[in-house]
Amino acid sequence: MLFGYEWDLSSPLAFALSILPILLTGMIVTIQATVLGFFVALVLGLIWAVLKSAPSRFIAWPARVVTEFIRDTPLLVQLFFLYYVLPEFGIVLPAFLTGALALGIQYSAYTSEVYRAGIEAVGADQREAARALNFSGTHTFTHVVVPQAIPRIIPAMGNYLVSIMKDVPVLSVVTVLEMLNVAKIVGDRTFDYLVPLSMVGALYLIMTLVASAGVRLLDTWLPKQGIPLK
Amino acid sequence: MTDEPIIKFDKVIKRFGDLTVLNELDFEVKKGEKVSIIGPSGSGKSTVLRILMTLEGINGGVVTVNGEPLWHEKGPDGTLKPASEAHLHKMRAQLGMVFQQFNLFPHMTVLRNITEAPVKVLGLSKQEARQRAEELLELVGLADQAQKYPHQLSGGQQQRVGIARALAMRPNILLFDEPTSALDPELVGEVLNVIGKLAHEHDLTMLLVTHEMRFAREISDRVCFFDQGRIREEGAPEELFTDPSEERTREFLQAVLDS
Repeated sequence: MLFGYEWDLSSPLAFALSILPILLTGMIVTIQATVLGFFVALVLGLIWAVLKSAPSRFIAWPARVVTEFIRDTPLLVQLFFLYYVLPEFGIVLPAFLTGALALGIQYSAYTSEVYRAGIEAVGADQREAARALNFSGTHTFTHVVVPQAIPRIIPAMGNYLVSIMKDVPVLSVVTVLEMLNVAKIVGDRTFDYLVPLSMVGALYLIMTLVASAGVRLLDTWLPKQGIPLK
Repeated sequence: MTDEPIIKFDKVIKRFGDLTVLNELDFEVKKGEKVSIIGPSGSGKSTVLRILMTLEGINGGVVTVNGEPLWHEKGPDGTLKPASEAHLHKMRAQLGMVFQQFNLFPHMTVLRNITEAPVKVLGLSKQEARQRAEELLELVGLADQAQKYPHQLSGGQQQRVGIARALAMRPNILLFDEPTSALDPELVGEVLNVIGKLAHEHDLTMLLVTHEMRFAREISDRVCFFDQGRIREEGAPEELFTDPSEERTREFLQAVLDS
């Protein structure tokens, strides 16, 4: 029994059906961690991108070093660091929050590059037109550059969303009860790993297919909202 | 037209690396004057406009607009120091520019392309800006296209929106940087018509860099022939086109008019 659900070992099918609610409980945690991690990656990545393109090298350089460091160290190391080292400095976060943060921080290094490429793809002609119309630097960035960069970055961001989703099982090592961890517990208790692990694979496939379809939908919907994809 | 110069270049130097684009250029435009700049590519024609629009800085000399230095500020002791962004912001309000590649904002409707700056920079209400935009669209013959996006318009239509967008800021000086060079030949006429109408009906000061010699002759008070970063020859269009005094001008005109 797990989360109040009994399993039925009479046949593989019955077993699968009986543990589906348990795995779905884990899947909800997986989705929550994905969404929160992706959100952190989107916000933090934009901040990195702005800092990295700052005119002052005293801002741009440290930002570049930090993101490079994040990118070149394993997610698991960062996760352990946040989970085991931060409490030594009095910062204790719940396992789920720690895990989602670690995902978000790791992926912010990748998304910052996507933002940078998207921003650079907006031509100098657009900035010149904005300058000729006397727009402020901030207004140029928020109303001319960013709206044109968004459609360009969506496909790459979609890929990272799927990647984050597939990295969530890493959080199981710090006790987060996401889908894979739940399936492993079921296996440990019933000595049948085949069925729960196969189901995790299938459920993952469904989730990533849905996420990819969502990104494609956004890709066709945005141009209709007046944001043309060049 | 008064005699007072609204634009004055005093020994202006502009370099790109080792290349000297403007070589101690002296150049004046009077208030309300329509001046065309012609010359071979690389002669520094567009650079003059880009310096005025504050898209390019200068390496020497002084540019004055309406009696005030553009790229400098007067210190308390009367000496000139490099202009601050605030000074450039103030000075830019007098100028508008029409670009060769139109440079419209592709994610905004035609209407919003025209109203965005008046609302956000001049502080007009949305309704005022909209009314102003509709008048300008009427002027450029695009009253029925306000809700379209730039990519739904032809090049000629886009450039006319570009003209309306520049005019919406009510500049004293309008700069045209080869406004028809990127257009298919059959679309050039509609844009020139609009520019011609502006030239005849408004007291705007207009500076036009162009390869359309016949048009330059028609609308200009004065034509300047640029060569190697300087004005080689200038004068009333009738004189310059029919009887240029410089051999270099003659060669250039022959080459352009034959093609």
